[in-house]
Amino acid sequence: MALEETGGGTMSNSILFDTPGPKARRRILIINILGALLAVGIVAWIFFGLAAKGQMQPEQWDDFVQGSTWKNYLLPGLLNTVKAAILGIIGSVIFGLVFGVGRLSQNKLINGVCTVIVEFFRAVPVLLMIVFFNVFFSRSLELPGDTALWAVVAALIFYNGSVVAELVRSGVHNLPKGQREAGIAIGLTRGMSLRHIEIPQALVAMLPALIGQFVVILKDSALGYIISFNELLFFARTYSSPNGNVLQALIVTAVIFILINFTLGKIAELVSKRLSTRIKKDKNAPAVVGTTAVTFAETGSQAGSKDQ
Amino acid sequence: MENYLSIFTEYDIPGAFWVNIQLTFWAAIGALVLGTILALLRISPVASFQAIGTSYVNVVRNTPLTIIILFAVLALYGQLGFTLGGDFQANFFRLAVLGLAVYHAAFVCEAIRSGVNTVPLGQAEAARAIGLSFLPAARLVILPQAFRGAIVPLGNTLIALIKNSTVAAVGSVATESSSVMKTMIEFRSDIVIPIFLTFAIGFVIIVIPVGLLTTWLSKKLAVAR
Repeated sequence: MALEETGGGTMSNSILFDTPGPKARRRILIINILGALLAVGIVAWIFFGLAAKGQMQPEQWDDFVQGSTWKNYLLPGLLNTVKAAILGIIGSVIFGLVFGVGRLSQNKLINGVCTVIVEFFRAVPVLLMIVFFNVFFSRSLELPGDTALWAVVAALIFYNGSVVAELVRSGVHNLPKGQREAGIAIGLTRGMSLRHIEIPQALVAMLPALIGQFVVILKDSALGYIISFNELLFFARTYSSPNGNVLQALIVTAVIFILINFTLGKIAELVSKRLSTRIKKDKNAPAVVGTTAVTFAETGSQAGSKDQ
Repeated sequence: MENYLSIFTEYDIPGAFWVNIQLTFWAAIGALVLGTILALLRISPVASFQAIGTSYVNVVRNTPLTIIILFAVLALYGQLGFTLGGDFQANFFRLAVLGLAVYHAAFVCEAIRSGVNTVPLGQAEAARAIGLSFLPAARLVILPQAFRGAIVPLGNTLIALIKNSTVAAVGSVATESSSVMKTMIEFRSDIVIPIFLTFAIGFVIIVIPVGLLTTWLSKKLAVAR
C-alpha cells in the first residue's frame, strides 16, 4: 500500500514525489517553517486588519456569548434550518428511491418520464425553485404553517431528490452483474430481484455519498434567506443589522454551519472507510455524484486499489 | 398565449441569462486560478502548505454560498468599506464574482486533486525507473493523466457554478435571472408557472450541453488502463 510506504502521507504525495532523502528532508523542513509562518501571517493580517477597522471591539462580539441572543435569535433560527433540512432529507430520499427505481424500470414510458424529471430538476437552480414555490404556494395552495418553509423544503426535495435518484441508479448499476443473475436464477422476477437483492445493497453502498448530500441540503437551506424564511442566517442578519455587527454575526453563523457540516463530512468518511473494508472489491463507489467530497475520496481509493 | 408572449417584450430575459453567463465566466476564471493554487498546496510534500489548503477547503466547502456572498456585500463592502471599483452596480457584480470564485475554488481544488489521485502509483514509479526527474515526470507522465481524470469533476463544478450564479441575487445583483424572475412572477400572477418554466428551461438549455461536452471529453480523452 502506498499509504504505509510514505509513513502516512496522502496518496497524491507519493505519486508526484519520491520518498525524500536527507537533503530534501532538510529543504522540506525549511519550506515547512516558512509555510507555517505564512499561515500565521495570513491569520494575523486578517485579525489586525479587522482590529484596525474597529471590528474587534468586545461589545461587537459580546452578543454572541450572551444567552438571550442564542435563546431569541440563533437557536430558533437554527431550529428552522434543521427543520427544513430534515424534511428535505426525508423527502429527497423518498423522491430519490421512487425516481431512481423508475429509471431502472424496463417499461420505456416510466423510464422516460423519470429520466426527464430527474434530468430537469438537476439542471434547474435551487434558488429559482425556491422563489417560484414561494409565490406559487402562497397564491394557489393553502398550506398549514409557514409557506416559506414549504417552499424551501419543496425546492430542496426536487433538486436533491433527483441527485439521490442518480445515486440509487448508479448504485444498482455498479453492483456485480452476478447479483441480478443469481436472483433471476432462483426464480425471482426482475422487479423482485431489484427490491430484495439489488436495492438493499445499493443503499448501503451509496450511504457515504448520501450523507455528503445532506451537507448540500443543509447549505442550500440557507437560500431561504432570500424569501425571508426564518432560518439561522435570516435571524442572524435581522438581529445584527440594527446593532452594526453584521460581519460578526455572519462569521458566527458560518462557524455553526461549518461545525455541523464538517461533522457530517467526517461521518461520511468513516462510513465510507467502514464499507470499503467490508466490501473487498471497490464496487461500492457510485459513479458521478456532483461535487461532494465523498465522491472524490471514493475515486481516489478506487484508483488506488485498482493499482494493487 | 399572447399574454405569455408579452413577457418577452416587457422584460429582457436573454439579458438576464447573459448576466448569469458573465458571472459564471469571471468566477470560473477566478476559481480555476485559486483552486489550482490550493491544489498545488495540498499536493505538495510540505505539511504546513497542506494544512493551509486543507483548512481553506474545509472551511469554504462547508459554508453556505449564501453566507459567502452576503459576507462580500454586507461585511466587506457594507461594514469595512471595501470596494472593487466601478459604479454601484459594477461593484456589486464584482463582489458577487469574488464570492462565487472563493466558494468554487474549494471544489476546483478537490477536482484537480482527485484527478491526480486517479493516476496509479505505478506510472510515477515507471517514470522514475526510466530516469525522468521530478519535472519531466510530472510534465510528461503524471499531469497529462491527472488532467484527464479531473475533467468530469471540473465539469460538474462548472455546472454547479452556472446554477449557483443565481445566488448573486443575494448580493444585490438585480439584473440576473432569478431576480428578474422574482419580479416577473410577482407582477404577473396569472402566468406564474409559464414564467418559471421559461427560466428553468433556459437553465436546462445552458447546463445540459456542458454536461454532454464533459462526458464526451472524458470519454474521448479517457486513459486506457
